[in-house]
Order: sequence, then structure tokens, then C-alpha cells
Amino acid sequence: MTVTQIVDTRVRGGRLGTNALAIVALAFVVLVAIAVALAPVISPYGYNDQDLARFLEWPSADHLLGTDSLGRDILTRLLWGGQPTLLGVLVAVLTFVVVGVLLGIVAGTLGGWVDALISGIADILMSLPGVVLIFAVLAIFDQDLTPAMITLGFLGSGSLVRVVRATVLGVRGELFVSAAIVSGLGSVRLMARHILPAVVGPVVIQASLFAGAALAVQSGLGFLGLGVHPPLPTWGSMVGEAAANLAKAPWLLVVSGGIITLVSLALALIGDGLRDVDAARRRSDRGRAPIAARTSRADGGTPPEPSDAVLRVQDLEISFGDSPPVAVVRGVSFEVQPGEILGLVGESGSGKTVTTLATLGLLPGNAAITAGRILIGQDDVTELDDRGFAGIRGRRTGLISQEPMVALDPLFTVGSQLLEVLKYASDVPASQRRARAMQLLSLVHLPDPEAVMRRFPHELSGGMAQRVVIATALAGDPELLIADEPTTALDVTVQAGILDLLRELRRERGLAVLFVTHDLAVVADICDRVIVMEKGVIVESGLVDDLFADPREPYTRELIASTPRLVDGR
Amino acid sequence: MLRLIARRVLLSIPLLVAVTAITFFLQSLIPGDPARSLLGGSATQEQLDALRQTLHLDQPVLIQYRDYLAGVLHGDLGRSIFTGEDVGQTLANRLPVSLSLIIGGTVVALLIGILLGVLSATRGRAVARFVDVFSLVGGALPNFWVGLILASFFAVTLLLLPATGYVPFEFSPSLWASSLILPVAALSLSGIATIAKVVRDGISTAMTQDFIRTLRAAGVPRRVLIWRHALRNSAVSLVTVVGVIFVASLSGTILVENVFVLPGLGSLAVTATSRQDIPVIQGVALAFTIVTIVVNLLVDVSYGLLNPKVRTR
Amino acid sequence: MSEVLRVVDLHVSYRTRGIGSRPRSVIHGVDLAVQAGETLALVGESGSGKSTIGNAILGLVPIESGSVLIDGTDVAGLSRRGRREMSRTVQAIFQNPYGSLNPWITVGQTLAEPLKVAGRSRAEIADRLRWLLERVRLPQDALDRYPSEFSGGQRQRIAIARAIALEPRLVVCDEPTSALDVLTQAAVLRLLRELQDDLGIAYLFITHDLAIVREFAARVGVLRSGEIVESGDAEEVCDAPRHPYTRQLVAAAPVPDPVLQRVRRAARLAGGGEVDADS
Repeated sequence: MTVTQIVDTRVRGGRLGTNALAIVALAFVVLVAIAVALAPVISPYGYNDQDLARFLEWPSADHLLGTDSLGRDILTRLLWGGQPTLLGVLVAVLTFVVVGVLLGIVAGTLGGWVDALISGIADILMSLPGVVLIFAVLAIFDQDLTPAMITLGFLGSGSLVRVVRATVLGVRGELFVSAAIVSGLGSVRLMARHILPAVVGPVVIQASLFAGAALAVQSGLGFLGLGVHPPLPTWGSMVGEAAANLAKAPWLLVVSGGIITLVSLALALIGDGLRDVDAARRRSDRGRAPIAARTSRADGGTPPEPSDAVLRVQDLEISFGDSPPVAVVRGVSFEVQPGEILGLVGESGSGKTVTTLATLGLLPGNAAITAGRILIGQDDVTELDDRGFAGIRGRRTGLISQEPMVALDPLFTVGSQLLEVLKYASDVPASQRRARAMQLLSLVHLPDPEAVMRRFPHELSGGMAQRVVIATALAGDPELLIADEPTTALDVTVQAGILDLLRELRRERGLAVLFVTHDLAVVADICDRVIVMEKGVIVESGLVDDLFADPREPYTRELIASTPRLVDGR
Repeated sequence: MLRLIARRVLLSIPLLVAVTAITFFLQSLIPGDPARSLLGGSATQEQLDALRQTLHLDQPVLIQYRDYLAGVLHGDLGRSIFTGEDVGQTLANRLPVSLSLIIGGTVVALLIGILLGVLSATRGRAVARFVDVFSLVGGALPNFWVGLILASFFAVTLLLLPATGYVPFEFSPSLWASSLILPVAALSLSGIATIAKVVRDGISTAMTQDFIRTLRAAGVPRRVLIWRHALRNSAVSLVTVVGVIFVASLSGTILVENVFVLPGLGSLAVTATSRQDIPVIQGVALAFTIVTIVVNLLVDVSYGLLNPKVRTR
Repeated sequence: MSEVLRVVDLHVSYRTRGIGSRPRSVIHGVDLAVQAGETLALVGESGSGKSTIGNAILGLVPIESGSVLIDGTDVAGLSRRGRREMSRTVQAIFQNPYGSLNPWITVGQTLAEPLKVAGRSRAEIADRLRWLLERVRLPQDALDRYPSEFSGGQRQRIAIARAIALEPRLVVCDEPTSALDVLTQAAVLRLLRELQDDLGIAYLFITHDLAIVREFAARVGVLRSGEIVESGDAEEVCDAPRHPYTRQLVAAAPVPDPVLQRVRRAARLAGGGEVDADS
């Protein structure tokens, strides 16, 4: 049994041609199955027609695939041998699907002790030494293959039970199922309409992968001479016969093993193709064309004018995809002065986050800067790669992102992550890093730094995690902090604490902050200046007090008016 | 973590009972008189009675099972119907062969698989494409066929390595190693394919995570992100896969041992099956089950060690 | 004015996984009432149990003790079938418009579902669907399209259409706008208010945002760790909170006015100092 076919490995989505390949593979399997089924009709010879004068021959017009050691036609034997082989696979797959789907749905639907029992059974099935048990069944049923293949399907069904159960549980947790229950749907209709359709995809994928595994076992048994009833061949037994004539006729080995490999390869391709389709269906509309090489930039090439600004963005254009590239940010220019908190505000799709990521060289692989430039201090970072950013990231800029709970590596303690960042982003000598790490944690007002150092991220609350992230960002003593919706995922009281901290850091360390948010109330609270973005361009900018008092653009006015107010405005 | 281990240990009891019960009760399903079908039509009445007594066939089946279990608990696995050898002793003699193969195959798969996986995640599309194709083909090739091809090429054509046979480690480590190279290669191929893919996907997924972005933005270099953070994070799922590969190798080794004529548990199982030597099959099934239980336990422990959420609970 | 919902001494516990572990009590003794055609807001931070109360009323989580009277019928002891009957009276809109619509069936199929369950004829359903789309201002060709073809705001309109299909007396709105942009949020809130005025629907409006409460709800209950700590007229509670926790919430929430916010911030810092780091 080959492992690739059992383990659920994910294929990278969006591979062009996977589906075309899968269709070819499917056609191939169907063709082989039809030919095998028609063996009695289309075979040129009888499967046991011996011609002892012409043994171990190479392919010829009489014998398209040559002859074996008894002078029997190989093509004929392949066709006939396919019958017990593919029938065995079919029996195993049917058992696999029936048992797996039934138990999986029952476990996922009923839950409670039934679920515990079935999950236990599935675990046991997955831990049984499958092939040896199949041997036992073969010995007891006197080499009859059918019970052996039923056993194989049953033993294999453990993994399908798990997959089906997980799918059912996943779908039942979806809001649309809650909505359907609230709409008054009965359990039968709920199952038929909302749950079963989600199960079909994974089951078909698993079945095609299991078919490959069953083929490997079936032919393996045949190779060992188990469950074979000579002179009727199986594909596996033909490999066995070929092995006996290895030195004299290696060709036999190529043909007999080749057909097994091709069918098994085809089954794997079908599985992969189905998985891609299924994944695409789940992803629905989020996909985008991959990879864009950095295209030539329409850059004037004028040297930067000297300035105190810690960050200068000049006429920036960012595009996604490459055929053709679509600009999502156009003509964006702004500066962040030392000690200033600049707000970058906009709705989703305004390009505010992409702009920020670009300043740190962190654009996703399918996006690229197509015009303009970005300067950190006096350094042009527009075209820098990861290596070029060494000495800039961490030491001159820091990043805080939206979801503090996933912004720290779950496998490492707070202390080890801080020490690591200090190692690469600061000049603090090794002996003093621990002390410095604790100092950073006190700086962000985490009580008992010693204890926090030893904690893992999952042992922190959202507010604490965000403070740790800020401490990490401050490790290299940067002059600019880029904060991408740093409080959006937090409760309002925790948000107030984080905003207080940022203000304090600005006051005491002269830190500049580029603060990205969708929330105008937060802008009013923390920013000195603000830039309003809409659909990739800047629509208005100015000092916060002026902009709120006298918004000039209708869009800005609408944004301000639409933000709910806790206190009656003027 | 303790709960995870406790669950695994608790599950192993029904597992052992299931394996012994299945193999045991199935034999009572043998149509007709098992003793006669084992000895053939020409057997005398005394021979039949003697065999029935050896197999305890003269007693009710539940009593037989109880006696068998009691024997197993005392290390007595019965005797082979054909050779009369003690099954426990036979297993003990052959286990090292199979274990060398399986452990060797898993280690090779792990080393080469991780290397290929990391390379394909970091070295651009061509390498990634190669690993894709390699995984697909490597997973589809039947290992006994690969074994035969390797044997015909390296042993029959090039005469570089032995085509068949096994040399015990105590006898000569170098000959032991050379007798294992081809079998291990055949056995590890699908494992390499799987691990390469799991590692590649694991690293690619991890590299898009927020925490990698945090560390990257804080100035941690890319090689540290890959080898320390991304690989460690994908190791959590890798451990499970290695367990599956190890257990699958138990099945794979049966075929590979037969290709290379190695005196391990696999070839024993095949001979026993073709001769309906039930006590031996029972013994092999039991041995494989115990190995599986131990491996799953190790997987759970290392899973816990790698994942602080499980460890600190 | 008649009462559409009365919750008395509601208790809800979650079973935790594993053998021997005791259930965790998340709602302990909540009382509330919603009058026909009014909006009652439930406001609280994460972990306060606000969504759990909504789910208990909808029958999505089991009620441990207490009673939930919907239009006079206590649903706490009802069978599944009896519960299903209640779907004509109480409906729901959930937070995430991406998860609340089945991606594999068309919008028309989703909207027709409650009508089919209610036994409407084919012609009645067709009429009703047309009316629903008009009410939530979606184009008529939306029926044959899939959820993935719509924006977040449009999807929330579809969810609203599904909720009002049977003209229920009460709709539980669980953070219906928190995943939406501010302009979309304003539009959705306008739509909800309009439907309330025209159809007399009452809302139980669950949110974390006090500003929305003040603008949208008539009355409010402030929830903290499974208990209501303060309740009353929404404007009064926001303008003059009495309970210290409510006061903390109000003080921490920023307002979209930098001058006013500076004053409020100074008052907060002078009053309570910084908020605890580990809260």
C-alpha cells in the first residue's frame, strides 16, 4: 500500500493543466476497464494458448506485446488478468465507500457516545496491520480473493470515516446550517440539501486515492502468488512470472508492472484533479492570477531631495497579476515625519493595506510595485529583496498587524522569539539580550516580564499578545512603526490600552507611526494627520482636526457621517 | 498530553483483542474440518486426532481463545503446524531483518524527503515542479516492481550489489548494509514522495502565516524563518505522516522481503499463508500490531513535544 | 404593545470535552423582554455570552434552565418539531455574511427554503421572492446567481431577505454589520430600520459597539460574563452609565471627533488611569 495515496496531501491550487491531465487519466482508466471487460471478445488468443516454440519473444505483429515463458500471448493475458485485478479493486472500493460514508455520517450527525465509539473504531482500523490480516483471511478462505478485498475495503475505511465525519462536523458548524435550522428545516431536508452535497467531493477524492492503494495491494498479493488461480493470470502474478525470467526477458517486467503503474498513476491524477476542483469550489471567488515579475518602472530617476521624513512614498503604483497587471494602488504619495502618527484610512479594497505592505517589502507574490518609489530615511527600498532589507526591517521599521493571536509563532515561547529578534535586529550582545527582552516587555506595560517570557502565545490574551508583538517590533529600536489595523480584533477597553501605549511610545521615544485603519473614531483618537484612500487613490488628506471639522470631499464627508456616534456631535 | 497517551494506551487493548480475536475466530470459519483440510485426504485418524489436540480443536472455540490469550500473555504463541517450531522464537529470529528494513526505509524517506521538500519550497518553480512529478510517480510505482527493476539493474546487469539474501549485522556490518541498500531503496520511494510533498506544502503554508510576517518585519533573516519556524511548524503534521509511513512500511516490507528473499516477518507471513499455517499468521499479526501500537505511541509523544498547546494542557 | 420575547432566569452551560470535566456555565440568570416592533440591543465584549443568548433563543444551543417565551410560548421545553414551528415567528441574521449563505446553491434556492418549509405553493413562492428582492433592493436576476457573485453588503441583504421571508415578529441580529465597511454598515442599518417601520418586526440586536446601540436601539442590556449588569433606555445608558463596567466601556470607546475625543480621553485617563494590560 503506498502512503501517498492514503495521506491527504494538498496539491498547490491553480496549477494549470491539472484538470486536463485528470481528464486524460480518467479516459485512460475507463478505456482500460472497457478493454478488460471485453477480454473474452477482443483477445487475439486464449489466455492459456501455449506456443512452446515461441516463448519469451519480443513484441511482433503476431504478438503485439510479446510472449511469456510458455509462449502465451502477453496482451491476451494482460486483458484477462485485468478482470480479477480490477474486480478486486472494485469490491474493495465499494466496501470502503459504503462503510466509510455510513459510519462517518452517523458519527458526525449523532455525536456523543456514538461519535466516540465510531471514532475509536476508525482509530483501531487505521492502526491494524492491514495486509497481514488480509493474509489471514486469504489463508482461511482458501485463497478466495473476494473476502480478502472486502476486508481491505473495511480496514481502509477508517480514514474515510474520519474525513466524512470531519466534513459533516465542519458543515454543521457553518452559519448557513444554523440559518437553515432557524428557517425551520427538518433534519432530513437539512441533510439532503446542505450536508450531503458537501460530503460528495471528499468521498470521491478519497475513493479514487483508495482505488490506487487497493490496486497496489491486489497486485502485490498476485505477485506473491496469493489468491491467484493459474492458469488465469492477474496483473500481479504476471509480475511474479516476469521476475522468474528477469535475466532472460526483462521486457516482461516492463509490460506487467507498467500497466499497474499507469493505472495507479491515472487514479492518483484523477484524485489530484478532483481535489483541485473541490478546493476551487470551496475557495469560490478569492483566487487571483499568480506571480508577476517586477515590470519596468516608469521612474523619473531623480535623486531624492534631502528630508527629515522617516518614510516617503512617491507616486506609488502597485499592480496584481500579469496578464495584464491590474493596478490596485495608483499615484499615492505621502510622508511620515519623525514622531508623527499618520492615519491611513479607507474601506476594504481602498488599497491601504497593500500600500503598507509595500513599504516593508512584504507584498504577496502576485503583486508588484509598477511605478513610483518608497524611501525609508534616505534609502530607496523600492527594489530591495529580502537580503537588501536586512538592516532596515526591525532596525528602522517595525510592524504590528491585525490579529495578535496569530502574529506570534505558536511553537516558541515569547522569550525565545524576542531573543531571536534581538539577535538579528539589534546590536545587543548575547549576554545582555535576556535583560533587554525583559526591559522591552516592561516598556509595553506587561506585568511580570519574567513569567511572560516563559509563556507560549496561546497562553496570552489578545491584548497581551498585541503588547508582545509591539515589544517584538521595538526590539531593533526602529524610528517608524507600521500598524495595520492593530486594534480591530480587540475589545474596546483593550483597544484603549493599546492606543494609550502607542501615544506613550511616541511621546517618550519620538516614534513615528503609520496607522492603518477603517475606523474614523480611532483616527480621531490617535492620529495627528490623516490620509483618506478610496479605490487605490488618495482622495483627501490633512490634519485630523481640520479634516473632521471641514471635510472637503463628499466621500470623506459620507465616511464621517456614517460612523456611528456614541456622543451627539456638533 | 497525558490524556492523549492514555487514550492511545486504552485503545491498544481493544486493538490487541481485535487482532487476536479476528485471526482466531476466522479460523473456525474454515469450511469443513480444519484438521482434515490441513492434513489432506490421506491422513490417518491418529494424525487427525493429534493435530486436533495440538490446535485444541476438541474444545469449544471460546475456551480455545481463552487458552490462546493466556498463552500469549505468558509469551507462548503456539507452534507452527508445519515445522513444529515455536512461533515466538521464529518471530524473534526474523524481527531484526524486518525492523532493519522498515526503520532504514523510514529514516531514508525522512532525510531525502525533508531535503527535497525544503528545496522545492525555497528554490523556485522548476524544483517544485520536479518534486510534484516525483511525488506523483513515486507514489504510483508498486514497490515490488521497483525492487525487481533495481535488482535487475544493479545486481543482475551491473553486479554491484547482491540481488537477494541477508547478512546479519553481527556477522558483517558492511555486508549487512550492502544487503539492505536495494530493499531499503525500494521500500522508501513512496515515503520520500509523500514526505517531500508534506514538507513542501507545510513550509509554503507556514511562510504565508502572520507570525512569519511579524518575524520577517522584525528583521529575522529568511533562512532562519524557513529552517527554524516554517519547518518546525510543518513538523507537527509531518510526525503524523511519518507514523503512517512507518505503518505502511509494515505492509510494504512483506513484498520487498519476497523480492529480495530476505528472511524477515514478511516472507514468513507469505509462506504461512500459502500453507494455512494459522498459528504463524496469528503470531505475525500480533507482532505487527504491537509494532504499530509502539509507533503510534511514539507519534503521539513527539506530537505532544512539538506542540505546546498539547504539552501544556 | 404586546411582548414578542420574554426571557426569564436563563442559564446556559457548555459541555467541555473529555471525561469527568464539568460543564462550564456561560449564562447565569439573564432576564430580558422585547416588545413588538422595538429594538433591544445586547452589548458586551468578547466572552460576555451575548451570542450564546441569541443562539439559545434560536434553539441552536440547549437551554439549561429558565424560560424563553416567544409570543407567549415557552420554547425551552419544546420538541424539535415544536421548535421548528417557531420559525414563522423568530428568525436570524448572523455576523458573517460569507458563511451564512450556502455557497453551493443559488440565492433563489436559499430564499425559497423557509417558504417551502412553510408549505407555500410554487406561485406564491415566486411572487414572494420578487417582493423580497425589491424590499432589500437587490436586482431580480440575483435569484439565479450564487453567493460568491455578491459583495459582503449584498450578501447581508440576501440574509435579511431570508430572515423576513415569513414576516416573523422577531429577528435575532447577531453582529449583523461588524464584518462590513462603514458605508455598507450604515446602509444595512437603514434597511433594517425601514423594515421595522413597515413590517413591525422586533429586533434583538447583539453587538459589541456602543455607538451603534445608541444610534439604532431603543433599549439596551449591558452584558458582562453571562450577566446583565445594566439595562434601560439606550440613550440614557450611553449618556449616563451607572454601572462601573458600563462606564468603563463608554469611556474607552472613541468618538469620530478629534476635539471632543481629546476631552473624553483626558477625562478617562484622569479618572481610571490606563486600562489593565492583561484585560
